[in-house]
Amino acid sequence: MSTDALWYLARGSGVVSLILFTVVVALGIGTRSGRPFAGMNRLVVASVHRSAALLALVFLVIHVVTLLFDPYAQLNLVDVLLPFGSGYRPFWVGLGTLALDLALAVTITSLLRDRIGLRAWKAVHWLAYAMWPIALVHGIGSGTDRSTLWLLAIDAVCVVSVIAVAVSSHPALKATSAPAAPKTLAWRE
Amino acid sequence: MTRALIVDWTACEGRGLCAGLLPEVLTQDKWGYPQNLTPGPILVPDELRGPARQAVRMCPRLALRLESE
Repeated sequence: MSTDALWYLARGSGVVSLILFTVVVALGIGTRSGRPFAGMNRLVVASVHRSAALLALVFLVIHVVTLLFDPYAQLNLVDVLLPFGSGYRPFWVGLGTLALDLALAVTITSLLRDRIGLRAWKAVHWLAYAMWPIALVHGIGSGTDRSTLWLLAIDAVCVVSVIAVAVSSHPALKATSAPAAPKTLAWRE
Repeated sequence: MTRALIVDWTACEGRGLCAGLLPEVLTQDKWGYPQNLTPGPILVPDELRGPARQAVRMCPRLALRLESE
């Protein structure tokens, strides 16, 4: 019975994590342009992006830790960080491991952003665009709920949301936006 | 102790987060760049040190730092 509870927790936390990461990616894309996004100013978008990312990571940790104790998934500590070695569905579970590694890399470099500099931070942060679809595919291919209608519906909503944000905040669609800031500041002082 | 907020103007892109966090001290010029409300250096009083630190941390271009005067 207790392993059943763990199994439900593992499934639920995985789905919640995916939804939160979708919010994070959507806000991240939305704030790239530097303009207000969805009626929120940049400050709000940046704060929610950050908070949602940390919360998503918490759910991701719950997802992984509960699966460590799951008798069916048979994850061990090596599989948590090293992909494609698990006993159960090594490819699909391995995608999840890969997504976890990428999420950790993106999070750690973000927390150390002022130390490692903008260039290195940005280079690693691009990995988020790989992490999110990998996590999504991992959910489609592994676990009890794979190919259930409700999970596919959630996946579809996630994909549509991110694409919608990417398209709507694309610079090409914003012909009426404020002109690019000139680089000269001679008048200022 | 009042601290000066230093803007690295070569890094700043006028994203405007600092002005949003420190409306008592900063506004945005018409291109979005932070503009001091009073002439001279951007001075951050003690009671605004929290938001000022947040502005330094959240600046998308890492263009801010706090210095003691």
